[in-house]
Amino acid sequence: MNQVLNFISTNQQIIYIVILMIFVGIEIIEKVPSVLHTPLMSGANAIHGVVIIGAIIVMGKAESDNYLALVLGFVAVVLGTLNVVGGFVVTDRMLEMFKKKKK
Amino acid sequence: MIQQQLLTVCYLIGSITFILGLKMLSNPASARKGNLVAAAGMTIAIFGTIFLYKDVESGEHLHNYLWIFCGLSIGGIIGTLAAKKVQMTAMPEMVSLFNGMGGACAALISLVEFNHLSKELALNPNPDFIYFIQPKVLIIVVGLIIGSVSFAGSMIAWGKLNGKVKDFSFKGQNILNLMMLAFAIGTAAYLVTNPHHSILLYVILALSLLYGIFFVMPIGGADMPVVISLLNSFTGVAAACGGFLYDNKVMLTGGILVGAAGTLLTILMCKAMNRSLKNVLIGSFGGNATASGGGASIEGHHKEISLSDAAMVMSYATKVMIVPGYGLAVAQAQHACHELEKILTEKGVEVKYAIHPVAGRMPGHMNVLLAEADVSYDNLLEMEQANDEFPTTDVVLILGANDVVNPAAKTDPTSPIYGMPILDVELAKTVIVNKRSMKPGYAGIENELFFKPKTSMLFGDAKKVLQDLCSEIKNL
Repeated sequence: MNQVLNFISTNQQIIYIVILMIFVGIEIIEKVPSVLHTPLMSGANAIHGVVIIGAIIVMGKAESDNYLALVLGFVAVVLGTLNVVGGFVVTDRMLEMFKKKKK
Repeated sequence: MIQQQLLTVCYLIGSITFILGLKMLSNPASARKGNLVAAAGMTIAIFGTIFLYKDVESGEHLHNYLWIFCGLSIGGIIGTLAAKKVQMTAMPEMVSLFNGMGGACAALISLVEFNHLSKELALNPNPDFIYFIQPKVLIIVVGLIIGSVSFAGSMIAWGKLNGKVKDFSFKGQNILNLMMLAFAIGTAAYLVTNPHHSILLYVILALSLLYGIFFVMPIGGADMPVVISLLNSFTGVAAACGGFLYDNKVMLTGGILVGAAGTLLTILMCKAMNRSLKNVLIGSFGGNATASGGGASIEGHHKEISLSDAAMVMSYATKVMIVPGYGLAVAQAQHACHELEKILTEKGVEVKYAIHPVAGRMPGHMNVLLAEADVSYDNLLEMEQANDEFPTTDVVLILGANDVVNPAAKTDPTSPIYGMPILDVELAKTVIVNKRSMKPGYAGIENELFFKPKTSMLFGDAKKVLQDLCSEIKNL
């Protein structure tokens, strides 16, 4: 119990962020027309690619003799970049088509 | 010090652009800009991390720059090429694949970080230290479970959409799945209380991967969009776990934002099919239901129509409604379809498209596809509008759509798609169905519509049929 209370008070900033972000996430999506569901899903997919930052930190902190961290970190950076770059490019390609039609 | 503050500003910009970008993405006029805004924010956050990040404890900058830039370039090049080359029809698969990459990335981070912790623990095995790292272990384990479920699930979803993986289920699979998940969580809880049993981490990894596979395996292809959207929000949560771990606000905001938005999007998609999420996941589309529920086998005869007759009927109609489906996407027939629309319009026929919210493999799939072929927005009708217009429509041309026009969804309570709103094509005067064969659609059930007296079948590949129709109509 003590540990839980302790955890909450030391991490209150983070907890506030989480709660507010949940509502923001729900709020901004609510009025999306079904036409945009696919691009939106793809865009959100690119945004969670922010996990790449964690991969960069892992990679950047790895000591040069810690091969496990180096190799896994490297793979994580590659995969994370794939997620980010691929996600944004695919989304842009989808939306490009929408734009062309708007006279 | 100043670098630390600059990095905070970078992260702040990143978080704001994510929110703004997602907001702009939900409006057709600003969507493309929104995507670019989010991408710009992501770039700032990434390069800020590379050059400004300092470890809290040691105060050291990051190193291994060569490795990092190698990774970034490889990922960047492959990602761009894959995203540029992919066919419009294969978009859903691509999103699933990229989503899986993100999940794998989160899982790998957890593996490496746990490895660090267990090394420190070996040097410093006193209870105080264990007490200190327990929250970290918890976050690492949660990130690992969610990330690997998302990775394995996305890979299966990807394989299913491109036809490499077949539906597969057996009796008691749901129970086995739940047991696997419970076992993984139980092991995780044990590991958090006893963090020196580091081997258990790999047990959790294996269980989570297996769970991801078996979780998606029995779900039918028609439900894949919902699953991908759900896994998308999972990966968001996994990314947020990384945010907890490094006390990194941009990962936290980005991850939670996607987690929340993705969950809502998943629910919206389920609503479009008039089903609950639980129903999709534990699925009546799954193996057993398909075998038994599709039950009421339909007796009757379908009649075929020749190309020239079809051309005749359509060019003398006042209003033609086109119902596109997955068949159109597979055949890459969107341009041919637009061509037909143009020719008919020149003849004075009113042509519109009736878009079912879940036609194709993803909500909005048909819109994206038809947009590619320059079909005007104004001609695309959503389901309710289309249903209002069917009674005044002379000819409905169904291009490779099946379940979304199946009347069983209204009339047959035993049907697995019972309750899903459909396009009421039967209200129109004539219905022409283009399909490759009489094979049932993705839900694996027969469609009584094809045997109705109003309906005639026009077999063949959608693209070829449309091209032939165009030339027939021109020659009339």
